[in-house]
Amino acid sequence: MRYVVKKIGILLLTLLLVSFLAFLAFQIIPGDPAVKMLGTQATPEKLSALREQMGLDRPMLFRYAVWLKDFVLGDMGTSYSYNMTVGSMLSGKLPITLTLTFLAFIMIVVIAIPFGIYTAKHKDRKLSKVLNAVNQIMMSIPPFFIGILFTYFFGLVLRWFIPGGYISYEMSVIRFIGYLIFPAIAIAIPKAAMTTKLLKDIILEQTKLDYVRTAYSRGNRTNGVLYHHVLKNAMIPVVTFLGMTLADIVAGSIIIEQVFSIPGLGRLLITSISNRDYPVVQAIIVCIAFIVIMINFIVDIVYRILDPRVRGQ
Amino acid sequence: MGLINNDVSHFYLFNDKYLTKCLHLYVKSYTINQNKMVAEKLSQEEESKHMKKRIKSILAVGVLLTLTIALGGCAGDKASDSSQIIVGIPQDLEDSLDPHVAVAAGTKEVLFNIYEGLVKPDLDGNLVPAVASEYAVSEDGKTYTFTLREGIKFHNGNPVTVEDIKYSIEKCADTSAGEPLVEAYAAITAVNCIDDKTVEIVLSEENTDFMAYMMTAIIPADNENPDTNPIGTGPYMYVSRSPQENFVVKRFDEYWGEPASIENIIFKVCANADTIVMDLKGGSIDMYARLTSAQVDELGDSFHIYEGTMNLVQALYLNNATKPFDDSRVRQAMCYAVNQQEIFDLTFDGKGTEIGSAMFPAFEKYYTEELKDIYNQDIDKAKALMKEAGYEDGFSMTITVPSNYQPHIDTAQVLVEQLKAINIDATIELVEWSSWLSDVYANRNYQSTIIGVDAAELTARALLDRYVSDADNNFTNFANEEYDTLFDRVIVTTNEEEQVEIYKQMEEILAKDAAAVYIQDMVQFVALNNKFEGYEFYPLYVQDISRIREVK
Repeated sequence: MRYVVKKIGILLLTLLLVSFLAFLAFQIIPGDPAVKMLGTQATPEKLSALREQMGLDRPMLFRYAVWLKDFVLGDMGTSYSYNMTVGSMLSGKLPITLTLTFLAFIMIVVIAIPFGIYTAKHKDRKLSKVLNAVNQIMMSIPPFFIGILFTYFFGLVLRWFIPGGYISYEMSVIRFIGYLIFPAIAIAIPKAAMTTKLLKDIILEQTKLDYVRTAYSRGNRTNGVLYHHVLKNAMIPVVTFLGMTLADIVAGSIIIEQVFSIPGLGRLLITSISNRDYPVVQAIIVCIAFIVIMINFIVDIVYRILDPRVRGQ
Repeated sequence: MGLINNDVSHFYLFNDKYLTKCLHLYVKSYTINQNKMVAEKLSQEEESKHMKKRIKSILAVGVLLTLTIALGGCAGDKASDSSQIIVGIPQDLEDSLDPHVAVAAGTKEVLFNIYEGLVKPDLDGNLVPAVASEYAVSEDGKTYTFTLREGIKFHNGNPVTVEDIKYSIEKCADTSAGEPLVEAYAAITAVNCIDDKTVEIVLSEENTDFMAYMMTAIIPADNENPDTNPIGTGPYMYVSRSPQENFVVKRFDEYWGEPASIENIIFKVCANADTIVMDLKGGSIDMYARLTSAQVDELGDSFHIYEGTMNLVQALYLNNATKPFDDSRVRQAMCYAVNQQEIFDLTFDGKGTEIGSAMFPAFEKYYTEELKDIYNQDIDKAKALMKEAGYEDGFSMTITVPSNYQPHIDTAQVLVEQLKAINIDATIELVEWSSWLSDVYANRNYQSTIIGVDAAELTARALLDRYVSDADNNFTNFANEEYDTLFDRVIVTTNEEEQVEIYKQMEEILAKDAAAVYIQDMVQFVALNNKFEGYEFYPLYVQDISRIREVK
């Protein structure tokens, strides 16, 4: 119980710190929403009038406190650019980013685990060596580059999908998921490669340990040892890695959204920063921070379930 | 493996219809294989083979299932429906949908299809009646009388009344919050509704340019949220929008003028400049304006390419208030050092319209072509001037360029090389657009910058008033007494010929005194999918989609 309370405390503290740092960052960079809104019509008088109207001339800590109070009470504010409530904008974009993340994660798991087991089990076969080499290459290619290759090859040459032809989930869920498959694969490939290597290395490491020798001498066959003993131990670091990967995908999807013209949270965040649209940026940053922390939290719990040694603590 | 062989022949699906059929087949063939396996006698080795097969088959099913959904489902949003066009726009309408408040050129060019003023511009830049069916100016030039067009309606079906006209004009003339939304409206003393069909606008002093400002949009007085719910009188009406995704409009069937040809327009936000060519070729957008020649070359035959100009004054703007640019000889030397044609050849495929002052050819009436030949490249003269000003050994300087405008970045790179000839060591500083707006434009905290300045209205004044020494928008800090005097004269001149003459004199001063190193009005290309035709250029920054029609 105390453990959970402690964790929640840390969560809240982290969110507070992150939101404050984001707020602080805006004070340091030049430009503010007033300048952006007036553009080339800006004159010193118009700027100060608009700033006063928007409440931007108040001291920073005061504005932060007001934002914090509203946020905690559920009011995320109104976008300066769109005059829509930030809540409605986020709730529209969140499913997109979450679906993309989820799809990518499933692909990583589906690709990495079988390949990892295979290359570990049959490490002397030629196919394994080929797979290892391919793996190494895949690990080092950045996802956005894979995305560009896909767009050219599958999009323009083979015409398996239309680049830029994003379809909203409001129009057709199947086609929405369909369009997200290629971006998800692009994100998944480097991470799957890393996970494969990790899993293979851990399994091979484990097989050198004493308990494996004991198991064999007891009469277990290869598969039995592999699936009933080694894999369970190997899963622990892999699960931790997958958790970090999941958090990484959420951040990485921002870049992939640019390549595939997906109007998700990433694109909204980038343009809102450009527009100095504070309420939107704050909300998205807190949102992403929350997701990342929650993922770490869940990984922690899974870790405890998997590893009885940790449970006792 | 039985599983894969079975399915290859059923693999040709491009349609949702086949999805269920496919799923059926997968389940069937998988279970058959499963049953087969269970029935066999298993030895230890066969057991591991069984395990392997299982993993492989799960993997195969997974991959094939994924690809099925991908192929069947992700055909993507094709721009193929009848009477719909998808127009790519480089940024979303992020300031406001209220036409009186929106300042971004990108927003206004889209809103051009939704709103109209008492008059509107035609393709040559002349003003033609729109919401007003006719207008007249009094003898003393201070009273403008407009007749409301019979039967004209707003997008919500309500008829336009003189009250709406009065509301719209007064909204823009309102000084209670400081300056009026339209600067020229500070001169309005009264807006009177004479009767149901006539409105009169009275000015405090004569202004021969005033009609150009009558393009201000007329909006309904009872619309409480003009910034999120646009209602106008134009050929298209607002349907919906999704932030950073699209902005949807459809044809207004009760438009007073010739109705548009295409029924639906989706303005799609293409935030990433690098993917625009792919989007066009792939078909997810049908039209895009302001392409570079490099992008056009990649497009191929399935597009109509229209060539026009951007209607901008692109120049290396120098901060006249900082050393060494406060000395006109230095500025003139830089003008002599720069070779515009070389810039065009190196970065714009040889195309570009050279200009010598703050005016471009689209403004035929005011444009003086000879000005661009004042500073033909002459390195010797440039060096002599630099020596005279005391900078024989040159100096170093920074060129601040907004990072989102590739043409300006490319121009800057050529200029850096050209300025080396007179010992000027220039470095390029890329800044974000908002930083440019606040540091360079608002606070004038810069040495030099490259930007394109457009004309907010169809008037010479819109391009030239920023060089008056105490003008609010004089971001170059240009100060020339003769110029100021001429400006004071021209805004009260009633005779059009005299006005044109004075404006031309002002342009000459800008050129001779080298207010900036004027470069060009950049070339722009519009790509339109061959399914459509009819794009036409305006001398203003607008996109008129109502003229585009499908090719029959």
